[in-house]
Amino acid sequence: MIGDLSLPVLIASVLTASAPLIIIALGETLTEKSGVINLSLDGVVLFSAMAAFVVAKTTGSLLLGFLAGGFAGMLTGIIVGYFSVYLHLSQVAVGFALSLLCRDLAYFLGNPYSRVQGPTLLAGKLPFYEALPSSLQIILTQPLTVWFALLLIFILYYFFSFSKAGLCLRSVGENPAASFARGLNPGRIQMAAVLAGAFLVGVGGAAYSLSLKPGWGRPQGAEGIGWIGLALVIFGGWHPMRVALGAMLFAFLQVSGIGLQDIFPGVPSQVFQTAPFPLMIFTLVFMHYSTKNNRKQGYRENRFQRIIGKLFMSRAPKAIGKSYRQE
Amino acid sequence: MSKTSSKQMKKLSIDILLGGVLVFGFTALVLLIAGAPVFATLKNIWLGAFASTTKISQVLSVWVPLTLCACGLLFTFRANLWNIGIEGQVIMGAIGAMAALRIPGIENPVLITALAFFASIIGGSLWGLFAGLLKTKGGVHEIFGGLGLNFVAQGFILWLIFGPWKRPGIASMSGTELLPRELWLSTPPGWRVSIGGLVIGVSVLILTWLLLEKSMLGLKLTAIGQNPRAARLYDISPVAHYLQSIIIAGGCAGIAGFLQVTAVYHRLIPSISSGYGYLALLLVMLAGYRISLVPFLALFFAALNVGAIQLPIVLQLDSALSGVIQGCCVLSTLFIIGIRQKRKQS
Amino acid sequence: MDVTFQHISKSFGPVKALTDVSLTAKAGTIHGLIGENGAGKSTLMKILTGYQSKTGGTILMDGNEVILDNPKQAARHGIGMLYQEPMDFTPLTVLENFSIGIPGHNRRDLRFALQNLSVRFGFHLDPDRCVEQLTVGERQQIELLRLIHCQTRILILDEPTTGISPAQKEVLFPALKQLAADGMIILLVSHKLEEVATLCDEVTVLRHGQVTHHTTAPFHFPELLTAMFGSVPERQDKAAVREKGSPVLVMQKVEAAGERQGLHHCTISVAEGEVIGLAGLDGAGQSTFLRLAAGLTIPEQGTIQLFGEKLPKKPAASSCAQALRTSFIPADRLEEALFTDVSLSDHFSLKKKQSSFWRSQQKAKKLADTGISTLSIKGQSENTAGDLSGGNQQRLLLALLDPQSRLVLLENPTRGLDIRSGHWVWQYLRNKLPKETSIVFSSPELDEIIHYSDRILVFHDGDIVMDSAVTDTSHDAIAAAMAGMKEYV
Repeated sequence: MIGDLSLPVLIASVLTASAPLIIIALGETLTEKSGVINLSLDGVVLFSAMAAFVVAKTTGSLLLGFLAGGFAGMLTGIIVGYFSVYLHLSQVAVGFALSLLCRDLAYFLGNPYSRVQGPTLLAGKLPFYEALPSSLQIILTQPLTVWFALLLIFILYYFFSFSKAGLCLRSVGENPAASFARGLNPGRIQMAAVLAGAFLVGVGGAAYSLSLKPGWGRPQGAEGIGWIGLALVIFGGWHPMRVALGAMLFAFLQVSGIGLQDIFPGVPSQVFQTAPFPLMIFTLVFMHYSTKNNRKQGYRENRFQRIIGKLFMSRAPKAIGKSYRQE
Repeated sequence: MSKTSSKQMKKLSIDILLGGVLVFGFTALVLLIAGAPVFATLKNIWLGAFASTTKISQVLSVWVPLTLCACGLLFTFRANLWNIGIEGQVIMGAIGAMAALRIPGIENPVLITALAFFASIIGGSLWGLFAGLLKTKGGVHEIFGGLGLNFVAQGFILWLIFGPWKRPGIASMSGTELLPRELWLSTPPGWRVSIGGLVIGVSVLILTWLLLEKSMLGLKLTAIGQNPRAARLYDISPVAHYLQSIIIAGGCAGIAGFLQVTAVYHRLIPSISSGYGYLALLLVMLAGYRISLVPFLALFFAALNVGAIQLPIVLQLDSALSGVIQGCCVLSTLFIIGIRQKRKQS
Repeated sequence: MDVTFQHISKSFGPVKALTDVSLTAKAGTIHGLIGENGAGKSTLMKILTGYQSKTGGTILMDGNEVILDNPKQAARHGIGMLYQEPMDFTPLTVLENFSIGIPGHNRRDLRFALQNLSVRFGFHLDPDRCVEQLTVGERQQIELLRLIHCQTRILILDEPTTGISPAQKEVLFPALKQLAADGMIILLVSHKLEEVATLCDEVTVLRHGQVTHHTTAPFHFPELLTAMFGSVPERQDKAAVREKGSPVLVMQKVEAAGERQGLHHCTISVAEGEVIGLAGLDGAGQSTFLRLAAGLTIPEQGTIQLFGEKLPKKPAASSCAQALRTSFIPADRLEEALFTDVSLSDHFSLKKKQSSFWRSQQKAKKLADTGISTLSIKGQSENTAGDLSGGNQQRLLLALLDPQSRLVLLENPTRGLDIRSGHWVWQYLRNKLPKETSIVFSSPELDEIIHYSDRILVFHDGDIVMDSAVTDTSHDAIAAAMAGMKEYV
């Protein structure tokens, strides 16, 4: 394959590397489906990664670490939610300022914990490990975060497509005034979506400092991931499946970068570390651009296309980014 | 009339006081969590920024690029564009300047510096233009186009430093070889800021004010920012003005990159932009998109940045504290604005 | 069962929308609520549904006071409203729209209920279709079924026939009568007297936020009109037909996307000095037609010629059209034509043709002051466009209109204006502009079209189905064409 990587190793590393990003991007998907953009992702990921590491280090408990990450995320969610849902401030402005604040806060508060050893969530063998063929043994020996991320894809897919609560949440993202007219409370639903989404983002951040890139430091290694997460949601069409696939694509780029480094020793390794970010954003841009043109032609869908569309196509919630004021 | 304005003044002073309390309260809380002495830390930041002429001049050397970026952003914010790509535009300006400075065979330092100046403007505005084209032709939101381009610029500068422009012998994160002395912008002895840089900063500030407040361009950008659909009925092309504003912003950011190379670092380093682009975004938000507040708030931000530099050595604290205070200022301001609006409605 | 409003008042800031409104509606009846635009009918109804809060007064049901702070509480009391603009979720399916806000969540049950109700009322709704592919009438049907499914006892209908065809009306009306006969209270908000006369048992008239009249069937129209408008508005004489000149706007086999159906094989010619009214149901293609002529929409096929020059098929077309002295005033003024926070004088400097580099504030102020005085705009040159009322915004747009315009395109020029302002606007357009100026306008009010135009184009589902001089046709023929009935034409 690429460099020394065999196919099973490649698949395994892509799965491992994509898990935190999937959790983060799906958290943001949940928030944006309700019509609120939480632009603070990049800082929040770092902040929760720091909180998770510090708590796990001091208590020695990984579970408490992950929970701390989640609650650190939620704490920022309160600010995003209150500012954009109740004060009707520009979601972009609030998110951007909060993003920088959280990043620096993470560096500042995490400073004493830089470059120290802490608890790490390792890959675990499945109970029926021995019964598997060797390639599957490699692929399926993963940390818990991977199983959580994969499960989350299906949970969110089911939640949006088939559950009553998911329908209410989507309705608020499409037309909050109409939701209000039908007896829902758009503000409360949006707030809940922001908090739940921020919790997931926090857990994703914890997955960096406790599993994928264990430890804390400046830089931690999760810098820029939040922006990628945001881009994934938008160009993944607010659809859990596509968003998750996008996250895996990014992980693939990162992993193959490591492999390519061995092939081209002349190119500095820093370039390979940075390259996935622009590559990802522009891949997403082109994907987005080509599907947009398709949609414009307004073809009639047959039943099959409708099913495919439900699985993979989706689009922006109509009221996204606009705050709703009750009359 | 005077009664209402005095009432407004009173309201404003209450707001500023409230904002100050919020920022101070949050900063103190953060410091307490970190187990640091609150007043000693703040005093340290103050001394770090204003204790000597050298320090003050160092603050000014941060003030110049911040102001330049903020001026550029005023144009794009007018047109309601979120030019997050400003960070990459600074980097590309620096690269442009360095490329010109490396041209072999030109002996005259003034000529080559002038060339570098224009190359930096071209580098920055080209990068702005790309983000603008991605938005207008590709339908990509400027935040994501800009971010992508920031990453590209970051990758590009790394490649240059570790590849073609690497220091003879070993390539390292500490950057390219130092420029020859005669290419450094002249700095008075004991100072850290070049006179040329200050002059450029102040003149761009004045030019920005003239363009935004006194020319048709400023008015047209306002119109487009408020209602691009209506603008077409006034025969104002949104596309052309989006591109113009982002090119101007890129140019300003490019000059900031030029100064970072010729007046501050005298070489190309991976973090040549020092995050001034992102910081300027915060700054302009805090200024409420008004040019009158930009120079003063830029001074405040610059003082925080410079003052925090010695925190790791003196108090074993991370210098990111300045960013915490800056971010907190913006959020507190937004909060107060939001509360005011809410109260006005009910 | 009955519902009683007692001394209801509502103000929006300094503006009083309702003052001391009292009325009672009884079960088993259809109660009409009529009045001109802005009389306060919709506000009163939104208060009943809890969508808006009231400033004062009480609402009683069966003699007991009820608190209606939000739609949820209102729904608990069995109050439901069919809004004028459908309050629904266009990207979602019919079934999903039906289920939002309904207790119970078993999909199969809901699908079954929806199908049962559709059959009962004779509606044809596919539960899996996206709502954005449906007509306004069909969207209303979903909403109506949902309200019935929710055990609504007090049903409010706000202008239910604005966006629907006569055929759909024939389905809707019997359904409503049936519901009233089953013991429901129906409150019908309308400004169409014929509709009220055929449906209602009782009528209350609102004017300027106050009850001016209350009566039971049979109704005496002149009496109602007096209560609605003060005194019966005198029909002005039909505006005189103007001289026609050479063609100014020629469209050939134009196909364009836009609105619901776009616009198909449109071949038309507009002559100098003509006043043309574009009739049609909301979204039938009139707006696309106007935007094509203004160069704001680019045709997919065919050519558009203005004053003999072909419009290019690129975004610069609008600039070309303006250079050829074509002006367009859209219906949604703040959304599409004005800058909310920009001052009036700055609007004038933006509109100025010969553009200079520097702004000249004195010159702009002088221009603005002239415009303000000639069009009697209530506002100062320093005011922003958002400060002005709807009528004054329209006057501002007329003041900004290039006086040398040779083709003026107007989308619903009297939208949101009271009768007097509307009349004033037309006075200005027909008399103050040169006689050679061609005027093309669309309007949802058929009377306005018949009254002011020389020639009428009727749109239906993206086709021009009728093109006739106003003298050669009748109100009924146009109405039939708008609804797509071919035999009349």
